[in-house]
Amino acid sequence: MQTMKNQGEKKIVTGDFAAAYAAMLCRPKVIAAYPITPQTFIVEHLSEFVADGKLNAEYMAVESEHSAMSACIAAQATGVRTCTATSSQGLALMHETLFAASGMSLPIVMPVVNRTLAAPIGIWCEHNDTMPERDSGWLQAYCEDNQEVLDMVIQAYKIAEDPRVLLPMMIGLDAFILSHTVEPVELPDQKSVDDFLPPYKPKHAYLDPDDPMVIGSFSPPEFIQEARYQTEQSMQRAREVIGEVTEEFAAKFGRDYGGLIDTYRMDDAEIALMTIGTVTSTARDVIDQFREKGKKVGLVKLRFFRPFPTQELIQVAQSVKALGVYDRAISYGSGGPSWIETRHAIYGHSDIPVLGFLAGLGGRDVTSDDVAHMINSTLEAAEGEEKKPVTWIGTRGVEP
Amino acid sequence: MTTVKDLPIEDLYTSGHTACPGCGGAVVARIAMKVFGARTVVYNPACCMLIFSATYPYNAFKVPYLQVLFENSAVCAAGVKRALKTLGKDDVNVVAIAGDGGTADIGLQALSGAAERNEDIIYIMYDNEAYMNTGIQRSGATPFGAWTTTTPVGSQTAGKFETKKDVPRIMIAHGVPYVATASIAYPSDFINKLEKAKKKKGFRYLQVFAPCPTGWKAESSKTIELAKLAVETGLWPLFEYEDGKYTVNRVPKFSPLEDYLKIQGRFKHLKPDDIVQIRAWIKARWEREKAFEQVYK
Repeated sequence: MQTMKNQGEKKIVTGDFAAAYAAMLCRPKVIAAYPITPQTFIVEHLSEFVADGKLNAEYMAVESEHSAMSACIAAQATGVRTCTATSSQGLALMHETLFAASGMSLPIVMPVVNRTLAAPIGIWCEHNDTMPERDSGWLQAYCEDNQEVLDMVIQAYKIAEDPRVLLPMMIGLDAFILSHTVEPVELPDQKSVDDFLPPYKPKHAYLDPDDPMVIGSFSPPEFIQEARYQTEQSMQRAREVIGEVTEEFAAKFGRDYGGLIDTYRMDDAEIALMTIGTVTSTARDVIDQFREKGKKVGLVKLRFFRPFPTQELIQVAQSVKALGVYDRAISYGSGGPSWIETRHAIYGHSDIPVLGFLAGLGGRDVTSDDVAHMINSTLEAAEGEEKKPVTWIGTRGVEP
Repeated sequence: MTTVKDLPIEDLYTSGHTACPGCGGAVVARIAMKVFGARTVVYNPACCMLIFSATYPYNAFKVPYLQVLFENSAVCAAGVKRALKTLGKDDVNVVAIAGDGGTADIGLQALSGAAERNEDIIYIMYDNEAYMNTGIQRSGATPFGAWTTTTPVGSQTAGKFETKKDVPRIMIAHGVPYVATASIAYPSDFINKLEKAKKKKGFRYLQVFAPCPTGWKAESSKTIELAKLAVETGLWPLFEYEDGKYTVNRVPKFSPLEDYLKIQGRFKHLKPDDIVQIRAWIKARWEREKAFEQVYK
């Protein structure tokens, strides 16, 4: 991280507060939300900001997540900036509506507190709520700490509303590890955010009796394939927009997150571990420990899952002898979603071993020893040792 | 009292839509748009009206139009209204027009939520008593005895076992400012209810009886006659609930039920016992109407 250019106000806050505060600074006009643990603080804080007059917005305390996203879609289609937040089952209930948001090119921004999806029912961290939504046409980013949560929500509006993108975006933050844990976070002042993020003035979708428009036509096969292609093009163009917004944010606020991925001690690394979410901060320490022992290991932080950082990971794969990929979700019958995607991304560009590691499912702690195991396995694979493609770590009765 | 003659000649729901001949729903849209005027946003869910009005690149509504999904009409209309409010456009009517399946069944949760929050929208259910768009399947609003493709006439059972879900009463239970029933066969009554709804603030619900000759297996020329007979037999009471007061708008003649049933293929399998049951339902229903007038004076 660079030195801070824009000091703002530093406070000790939860990840949920950081998400809500960032949303407030972005001045959404309509907020529609439904409570679900561990997202509840976000909707509570947002309703408090509205009740206190800090945020001039219509707050819709709707009766379900399906209705929360529906209200956001309708309001955004009317031409105003919106916000909602959810988690786990709530996101699953929204599933149908997510595709409508992206298909209508509505840049809705939604923090999602990553929580396990029933059954068994639980409330702790897992990424198997957001990762199954990879095909919904939403951009997806994951956060390492509460400062990144705040910064990503602000950047999300800028990325999503860019005329080259115009797609919705979800920002994942790990349940409890971020949502309910306090950390020092710099809260930017309103003017800085206003300078960074201009008001939402859509030219492509708005409902105005002075200029009637149809949104949501029934479309025969003559037209839908082109719409699908346009959404894909928008997702592809998001790559460069994410790069630009990352740079602009860094210049203004002094925090540079690297773009689609971030790297740590990768300059002369012979193997790399890729992590996502909060396990990344644990992994930084473990990488340091290996470096102290003279092992040339580095860390890749997967920040965006959609669009997937294909070119960036090809470059990583071409610079190391083996790559380990950590996932906090599983696609049954295959492996961790980011492991699957990584192997797909580098196919034809590199033939290094790419090992998949599963740990921390259902919110179980991922310890330094767990991360060290991933790094050691990847080092052994680099030496030519045969390894299982997918390894379950910390599972009772299962040898890792 | 406004009559059909007082309505503007200009249509904001235009010819060129592709509804079946005799579609009651299209009549609902045409009359409603004459009353609501150009300062209106229309929401349709995925239903017949979407398909016959808004198949790309055409649209029969000459006002801003939104369709998102099936079960969320009330909350989508509310989202539009809230957004318009933040833009300072408080003079725009936001109207959801949805069928009975999308309202009485899959859309009931969003409808109830919007009613409970007293969202400032007008919700019109065009009631054709089944899921017509998907091919005439039973809905909660399908009446007792009716054949549909999911209440077939078989060797063991025939038609729907249950009676029609009473959505207007559910809306009254929410205590919203305005609830009314109407029929396309009584346009003056319908128009005046639309005008009342237009003038009021808060959540307004109209359920309009809108025959579907295709789904009811009737002649397409019989739409208005069917709508009229439904009222006159006592099957479809016309009433309104306005700021806590309940009024029956028309006391029917209780004309012979057979006149209504015999011109529809969906009822042709009914046995004398079934008709006795329907008569008993009408009697009980009208006793309740009188009781409601006493309760909500």
